[in-house]
Amino acid sequence: MQEYDVIIIGGGSAGLAAAIEAYKNGCEKVLILEREKELGGILLQCIHNGFGLHLFHEELAGPSYAERYLMLLKETKIETKTDTMVIHLSKDKILEYVNPKEGYVKVKGKAIVLAMGCRERTRGAISLPGSRPSGIWTAGTAQRYLNMEGYMVGKRVFILGSGDIGLIMARRMTLEGATVVGVAEIMPYSNGLPRNMKQCLEDFHIPLYLSHTITNLYGKDRLSGVQISQVDERLQAIKGTEKEFDADTLLLSVGLIPENALSLEAGILLNNRTKGPLVTQSYETTVPGIFACGNVLHVHDLVDFVSEEGKKAGYFAAKYCIDNPDLMEETIQEPITVEAAKGIIYVIPNQLYVNKLLEKQDFLFRVNTPLQEATIIIEKDGMLLKTIQKKHLAPSEMEKVTLKKEELEGIRGRLSFRIFAKGETV
Amino acid sequence: MYDVVIVGAGIIGSFLAHDLSKYQLNIAVLEKNSDIAGEATMSNSAIIHAGHDPKTGTLKASLNLQGSRMYESVCKELGVSYKRTSAFVAATNHEEEELLPAMIAQAEERDIPCMLLRGEEARRKEPNLSEEIVAVAEFPTTAICYPWEIALALMEEAVMNQVELKLNEKVITIEKDQNTFQILTEKGNQYESRYVINAAGIYADEIYQLVTKLEKNPIVIHPRKGEYFVLDREEKTLVERVIYPVPSEKGKGVLLVPTTHNNLLLGPNSTMVTDKEEKGNTTEALAYVKEAVQKLAKNIPFEKIIRTFAGLRASGESGDFIIEEAMDVPCFINVAQIESPGLASAPAISEYVLHEILMKKEDQDQKLIFIQKENYLKRRHPIRVKDLSEEERNKLVKEQPAYGRVICRCEQITEGEIIDTIHRTLGAKTVKAVKKRVRPGMGRCQGGFCEPRVVEILARELHISPLDIRMDSPESLLLTRELWGGDKHAGI
Repeated sequence: MQEYDVIIIGGGSAGLAAAIEAYKNGCEKVLILEREKELGGILLQCIHNGFGLHLFHEELAGPSYAERYLMLLKETKIETKTDTMVIHLSKDKILEYVNPKEGYVKVKGKAIVLAMGCRERTRGAISLPGSRPSGIWTAGTAQRYLNMEGYMVGKRVFILGSGDIGLIMARRMTLEGATVVGVAEIMPYSNGLPRNMKQCLEDFHIPLYLSHTITNLYGKDRLSGVQISQVDERLQAIKGTEKEFDADTLLLSVGLIPENALSLEAGILLNNRTKGPLVTQSYETTVPGIFACGNVLHVHDLVDFVSEEGKKAGYFAAKYCIDNPDLMEETIQEPITVEAAKGIIYVIPNQLYVNKLLEKQDFLFRVNTPLQEATIIIEKDGMLLKTIQKKHLAPSEMEKVTLKKEELEGIRGRLSFRIFAKGETV
Repeated sequence: MYDVVIVGAGIIGSFLAHDLSKYQLNIAVLEKNSDIAGEATMSNSAIIHAGHDPKTGTLKASLNLQGSRMYESVCKELGVSYKRTSAFVAATNHEEEELLPAMIAQAEERDIPCMLLRGEEARRKEPNLSEEIVAVAEFPTTAICYPWEIALALMEEAVMNQVELKLNEKVITIEKDQNTFQILTEKGNQYESRYVINAAGIYADEIYQLVTKLEKNPIVIHPRKGEYFVLDREEKTLVERVIYPVPSEKGKGVLLVPTTHNNLLLGPNSTMVTDKEEKGNTTEALAYVKEAVQKLAKNIPFEKIIRTFAGLRASGESGDFIIEEAMDVPCFINVAQIESPGLASAPAISEYVLHEILMKKEDQDQKLIFIQKENYLKRRHPIRVKDLSEEERNKLVKEQPAYGRVICRCEQITEGEIIDTIHRTLGAKTVKAVKKRVRPGMGRCQGGFCEPRVVEILARELHISPLDIRMDSPESLLLTRELWGGDKHAGI
């Protein structure tokens, strides 16, 4: 069986960054396995611009952003296999892949980086009522049809969910001559980035129906219409508020779920909030030597942050591989828990090893509701460590807090993040 | 001139076509849809009931029992899925518990293996059974199958043996003169046949209405809609047995059913509908199903729901199947009101039609001559890459590299399997037909990743434009126009 230093599953933005970083940090045998025919992942179908503002300080289209990493990759001796699907992964870091050239092959990695990305929630996952005709897709599938395959998917479009891909597709379909008759969002606030709300809906006068959801779909063969209704605080449809739209196409932008079938097979524990692996500050999962980054870990809103995370995971995978912890006599320590408390959906990392604290430790998190003038409260073993004032917080925008090593030192049990809303009493 | 025209290609029409194709007869099957097995055969609980439930003396009782005993060998022969899982009929209170001994007695009378278990014993076998369950009747011969796979395999073999399958052929008139039926379809095609078998499911009443002179049509279909959830497949499903509630007058009730592909079905409810095209899901019914299954089991992972669907039962007024030659129209055979346990009874229903009706005709002018074909062809079992050994898989990929390209990541279906199903006798021509045959799109992404690739493969293999690929029916178009010329792009 062929053995590699680091094997990266997925050649998208997270995987590419991880591979390059692992190679730079001394791993010679690095392998990227990618199921599509080209590297680049979902970036390749994101032909709109807006990528790279943080990392490259310029606005790139998705394929151009991927190109930057592919250029870097060319300067390395990283091995890549495209058109290759990983079908099994075990906790001893043996994986099986298949492609038309080599057939079914087993390889072993000293370290493995999971970078499989995410999938879209479907009509079935949200149990949408109504008939089941053609013309209903997730926004990302429609995006692939338009931007990769070169086909239009409809003429009159309704969009459910205000996730970013849905917003981007509202603009894209409009630019290709379709009429987007409306966007419905079940929450009382948008789930997309503010800039996408502005540039994709407002600029094109596409109506957004907040606190609305689909309550019926019509059409026997192809979709013919959509019924939406307003929802109450418990997100239940209110009778008598129905509105009907003629539409031959429905695009769903109702959330993304990390793609963790392989992680589960390897026995990796998942966080029930993110649906991604539980990780330490080294991006290591609960299976030693298997790391995770990008949307397979938690869904990001900007690719720049995916690349940064990939880079970190690649670095730690290389470190793991070179230090060879199997040979080291490490004192086993209990990790401390990073807790997402009131108002916070999740915090990454989920666990901290105190003996491996970094000089600067980033914490990524999302709030569960939009807030103005709120305070982020960080507690160390139940004692106040830090408060951060925020003018604006929203679930669609990932927040980052960096703590210094000295701030974290001496921690014994728990680091906790919570939100204190304006006007709230303790 | 055909000897027999079968109207409807569901599980019943498919068994009939298959069983009749063994004889030297000219047979045609007329199906209104663009693929077979698209109505009740596609939307049901996929259970081969043991046969304990139907009322004694009914056709349902005898044919269910006989059918359930035939299935295992039928499925093995065809190379399709079948699994004996056993089943619990679970009583949630003492009133229900009191009904179990009678059920057991009826089963024993029919020689159906069964046993009575206390709630605790039952939970030892099925740890996720609800704590509320006080007692269960277990029926170990209950099995599950993959219904449309069976119909497709049967029809494929039938067509290999000269049965003519005509798709998109909706029958609009049937006239009988002398000893011949003239059947006209919506497309304007005329079929002439000595016999007609009405296996039109929920439309069986309408098909008979075309030919009967009776004032009151004895076949009355009041479709009852049932809605379901499908849960993502797991290494081990929440329950390993079929879990039924204690049946009521309304029917078998809402069930938990493990599937042959390790998914879990939850459903169905039962609502009368007047519109036979009304197969949509409703929020109310789905909520009812969720509530009902929680009386039977705990820890149900609702977050694993990947799909909902609904189907219509061809329920009649009499409460039993109607399988007989029409009293006013000789040689017109009704196989109607085939609701539950229709699937479980299907092979026996077909045998009954052949042996108890067709072969018993004595009238010299009408009688069919049953001579077995000498060179009856068996279907080639499709390759399921997932089931092969490592060595076999690698040998296969070396010979046919397409078996090394995974198209559907959720169900791990290769391009080779998709190409094979497109070019088989009953070739798939639509996205749904591919999905029904080899399962890309059946998994948790519901085709989000694989559908564009399936469209591409279909277009390439059938030498047509992706614009002409349908989801299912001729009107169910997917793509509306080319954006910048498919050929210019490397992906197409």
